[in-house]
Amino acid sequence: MRITNTTVVALRALRRSKLRSILTALGIIIGVGAVIAMVSIGNGAKSQVEAQVASLGQNVITVFPGSFSSGGMRSGWGGMSSLTPDDAEAIGKEVANVAGVSPEVRDRNQVLANGLNWNTQILGEGPDYPTIRMWPLQAGAMFTDSDVRSMAKVAVIGETVAEQLYPNEDPIGQTIRIRNIPFKVVGVLASKGFNLFGQDQDDVVLIPYSSHMRRVSRRTYISSILVQAASAESIQKVQDNITDLLLQRRRGKEQDFTVRNQVELAEAATATSKTMTVLLGAIAGVSLVVGGIGIMNIMLVSVTERTREIGIRLAVGAHGRDVLLQFLIEAVILSSMGGIIGILLGIGTSRLVSLLNGWPVLVSSSSVIVAFVFSAVVGVFFGFYPARKAAQLDPIDALRYE
Amino acid sequence: MAPVVKIEALHKIYDSGEVPVHAVRGVSLEIQRGEFVALMGASGSGKSTLMNLLGCLDRPTRGRYLLDGIDVSGLDRNELADIRNQKLGFVFQGFNLLARTTALENVELPMMYGVHKLTNREVRQRATQCLETVGLGNRAEHFPNQLSGGQQQRVAIARALVNQPQILLADEPTGNLDSKTSVEVMGVFQKLNDQGITIVMVTHELDIAHFCKRNLILRDGVIVRDEIVKDRLSADVEMKKLQSAEAEAKLTSSD
Repeated sequence: MRITNTTVVALRALRRSKLRSILTALGIIIGVGAVIAMVSIGNGAKSQVEAQVASLGQNVITVFPGSFSSGGMRSGWGGMSSLTPDDAEAIGKEVANVAGVSPEVRDRNQVLANGLNWNTQILGEGPDYPTIRMWPLQAGAMFTDSDVRSMAKVAVIGETVAEQLYPNEDPIGQTIRIRNIPFKVVGVLASKGFNLFGQDQDDVVLIPYSSHMRRVSRRTYISSILVQAASAESIQKVQDNITDLLLQRRRGKEQDFTVRNQVELAEAATATSKTMTVLLGAIAGVSLVVGGIGIMNIMLVSVTERTREIGIRLAVGAHGRDVLLQFLIEAVILSSMGGIIGILLGIGTSRLVSLLNGWPVLVSSSSVIVAFVFSAVVGVFFGFYPARKAAQLDPIDALRYE
Repeated sequence: MAPVVKIEALHKIYDSGEVPVHAVRGVSLEIQRGEFVALMGASGSGKSTLMNLLGCLDRPTRGRYLLDGIDVSGLDRNELADIRNQKLGFVFQGFNLLARTTALENVELPMMYGVHKLTNREVRQRATQCLETVGLGNRAEHFPNQLSGGQQQRVAIARALVNQPQILLADEPTGNLDSKTSVEVMGVFQKLNDQGITIVMVTHELDIAHFCKRNLILRDGVIVRDEIVKDRLSADVEMKKLQSAEAEAKLTSSD
């Protein structure tokens, strides 16, 4: 009852000076609004980067050939012809916690169909490739292990290639000529869009790696091996095991390959946007603290200005605790109302920004909750000192105060 | 019947400055129920200090103070606040109403801090009733700055009455009012006293003290005179006199 009464008293006091209450809350409104908007914009950027990283596949480990040097000139990663399909097969058989393995052979070539031609990336892959890259097919089916074994002339094409070569017809069952060798189109990949580096991922033709090596590129080595670990936790273990296995297969020769996992790439890519989010949030947080100091300032002025009122309240029987509670509740109402309005303002601003600039914006519920709780805490923290000052006044002095 | 106020050898010494000030030097006093006491004295006589002690706003340095049979001299801050809330009503010289707060809400104030649990309707009802007692039932929604000085003081009296106190304490209640309004406020006090409410007021105006039943005169912290008012003034009669005087001077219309 006493708390309810005190809340009523606090609300009446705030109502008595509406303009001042609104202006005081404005500091918190702007602070919270800025935090929400900035963090939302930062999160939007981060989630976009993360989505692009995820489109590379989940828990993917890539084995690249090592670099070689010839006459003092070093080739860089992938320069060596050191990986073979056997390596890939061994990884699939001997390393635990591996969900899928796909040897990869890359090449660019002109492809023909229907009298149209197109220069595209020809990827020799294993049947696990769509699973590893989380890249479903929109039509048809992926080629199988037996297609790989028989070096079948079958192809799965990306959407861009399908659009370029078969503008008006269903590509499934059609013939596509790669280096003039006819392949049968058995599937079309779902659209995946552009990758982090701005390349069109749909501009691709997948064929069995064996067919690629024997019929198209005539190579004996592969460009890389894609391995999918069974879980995020096992990535490191699988990566180490692959390194051990491949070293063992080379019988003590120098390491001629490198093993990378996608987490490293993801971390590098999201680090920048994470830094940006933290930075934006921190700048906005400063304005929230400034808003809190505004509340404290007004509450202190208010205590001095209302000394007589406090004296009257104490004279008619208010305990120090009642006065403390009243001023604390006033401060908390100011700051949490400011918080709520600020949240709405922040969400509105983020929507507006995303509408005007087309930036991806992500209002996370955690940032909303944190901002609201923080604004309430600001109220308690900055309201406590003035409230305690009011509560400790002596009724006689307070009544005599001019 | 036991006296409402019984103080024995009450002393108050302020030693905040360089020289300790002995403001009240051994006052003993009994006030019975239904009395109407004026506390008089020059400034520095200790009447305000005694009033603060009677009002439980301050604690005596020495001596005993029994209010309604309770020894309040040893109570702490919060206990004194509860005593003020339940047993005392205050009327101040400067009215001390909350600004930008309606008359009704001002009167409700003491009930906000009461120990009794009252519903909102009871609170409203009691406040309205007290406003009607002081003749301001139709001014409930007015703000203090929309009321005259006399009306503001009557709101303050209503606020003092709302918790049905044992004593009404008034510190120079007519100090800020003109003579006619003073008589009007004294009329309210007399009416309340006729209903059985004990009133103690501080004043330095002799004619105002004549509306009371008993006059106490303080000098240098001790009571030097304690007498029953013989030729007591009636506010109703004085009001009529003032009105007829005004009518003669054509200040107001004669009807």
